[in-house]
Amino acid sequence: MIARLAPYLQAAPLALILGAFLLLPLAAIVAVSFWDYDSVQIYPDFITLNYVEALGSWVTWKTYLNTLKFVAIVWAITTVVGFLVAYFLAFHVRSATMQMVLFLICTVPFLTSNIIRMISWVPFLGRNGLLNTTLVELGIVPAPLEFLLFSEFAVVLAMVHLYVLFMVTPIFNSLMRIDRALIEAARDAGANGWQTLTNVVIPLAKPGIAIGSIFVVTLVLGDFVTVRFMSGGQSASVGLMIANQISLLQYPAAAANAVALLALVLLMVAAMLRIVDIRKEL
Amino acid sequence: MPQAAEIDLASVTKRYGDDAVAVDAISLKIRAGTYCCLLGPSGCGKTSTLRMIAGHESVTSGDIRLGDVVVTDLPPARRGTSMMFQSYALFPHLDLVDNVAFSLKMKGVAKAERREKALGMLKLMHMDQYASRRPAQLSGGQQQRVALARALITSPQALLLDEPLSALDPFLKVKMRQELKRLQRDLGVTFVHVTHSQEEAMALADLVVVMSNGRIEQAAAPRDIFHRPATAFVASFMGEHNVLSGEVTALDDAGAILTCSGGASFRLPAAAHLELGAPAQAAVRRDRIRIGEAAAPGLGFTGHVRNVEYRGGSMKMTLDAPGVEDFTVYADEAVFDSAPHEIGEAAPLAWSLADVHVLLPSLQ
Repeated sequence: MIARLAPYLQAAPLALILGAFLLLPLAAIVAVSFWDYDSVQIYPDFITLNYVEALGSWVTWKTYLNTLKFVAIVWAITTVVGFLVAYFLAFHVRSATMQMVLFLICTVPFLTSNIIRMISWVPFLGRNGLLNTTLVELGIVPAPLEFLLFSEFAVVLAMVHLYVLFMVTPIFNSLMRIDRALIEAARDAGANGWQTLTNVVIPLAKPGIAIGSIFVVTLVLGDFVTVRFMSGGQSASVGLMIANQISLLQYPAAAANAVALLALVLLMVAAMLRIVDIRKEL
Repeated sequence: MPQAAEIDLASVTKRYGDDAVAVDAISLKIRAGTYCCLLGPSGCGKTSTLRMIAGHESVTSGDIRLGDVVVTDLPPARRGTSMMFQSYALFPHLDLVDNVAFSLKMKGVAKAERREKALGMLKLMHMDQYASRRPAQLSGGQQQRVALARALITSPQALLLDEPLSALDPFLKVKMRQELKRLQRDLGVTFVHVTHSQEEAMALADLVVVMSNGRIEQAAAPRDIFHRPATAFVASFMGEHNVLSGEVTALDDAGAILTCSGGASFRLPAAAHLELGAPAQAAVRRDRIRIGEAAAPGLGFTGHVRNVEYRGGSMKMTLDAPGVEDFTVYADEAVFDSAPHEIGEAAPLAWSLADVHVLLPSLQ
């Protein structure tokens, strides 16, 4: 009897934790998304109005499109930058100690909070910030550049800064697993540097790129602090929209949007997993 | 079929940093169509030598010629060589056809043509039924065949193999060894094969190059190496030999007397380099030693039996005597049984002068 129960008991702690902290909240969000609400209260109910309102509004669709635009731009930049940094660390830095040191230097900024790292851009990019002052005084631009801060440019810049390490780490891991003899074998077969990169290194780095992409895409899709702060309220994202609804106490509407966002995230992750098999990397 | 090329190394040196010499001014001529084995313990410079021929390691000084071309500064793909790597280095993300066709793809050969050629090469290696598999789905021996196919598709003049058999189990090792030899005979290409196994080198090579500390100790046919090892290093590395070392204490027309530090003295046949008072070394084959009293002084000794092992068909007896350590004898089973010797007993050994081989002083 005990022997039959043992495996279940062993699995129980994890199941309990996942149940209490993942499934239960998710179930609550899904449930609330069907509830009714007015300006002061929410009522248990089963209505689809929240979804109809959310998906029927062109503002929602525009917000989703805007969010996906951020995802696409940030993903593209972090992939290129992440691959270049990881490639440099893995193939150009020869000693393992130096690799470790440089990698730790990459992670140092990430020991501070997201907010602080974002705020630190303000004195640099602002109207009278370091960059604008320098540019104006050097005579490169006649007047301070307005697009640097509180703009979509600033949002993308901050997001790339915040999330690029999530791309560097898995790609670095993938690249470090590549047998160096493969590079020599490619050279022996007459491949030049570019051919080796496109035929051997990038295909073998794909699982790392996929894992990094999952991180970056999900983080950008759910982001609202960066969008609110760096755009100065001039740009919107799904996360920001949900945050606004919560601040207006429209919990069922926020829950409906959250469920829709979750579905989008899961779809994108599923699509990425279909393209690249990451299991052998884990 | 590819044309075989002669490989000529002219005082080739490889230095890492300022003082680490991996290969020390070696000169070697490998005739076209030869199966050459570079043999030596790890760190002797054999792999560095191979990698310099392949072009994966730069040459510090000296020149390498392949056929009529000095290839010292050419990139690997323009040398007419092809390398097979120790771990085979097959591309894990490509199927076998694409692995074999890789170099053709790099050259810009059209897809249909290169796949057809690669399939033909796989057929030659009896691997065509696995063509759509990935390397990870193959056994070690199969991976090796694919690596061979990939190396041979460029029709190289010389195939360079870096410890090709070391990853295989003993049974497969012998089987693949035969296949390598057959392939080399059929293609007529020059093979250079790095190994640390003397058995492998003996079985395969037309030319065995024994290396130690970045230098060539001896380069000769396997039988010559075995019958007439040049130096004490070769004699002990090839095994099957006992090395006697001491000082020449007498010289006469018939040869010399070698006296070991423990006082035992042995008769040596005449050799040009022997000098009175100089250190000298000689080798005696383990299987040419008899148990019994010596016919003449200096052609045997009596030692203490330290160990006896059964080898199947013969007994391996290890003896110690003053100045002579780890002296090993292979005694025929029947002969040994007629007068068995226990561990700790004294046993007389004898050999004839013809079986004593005087060694040259080692290079170092």
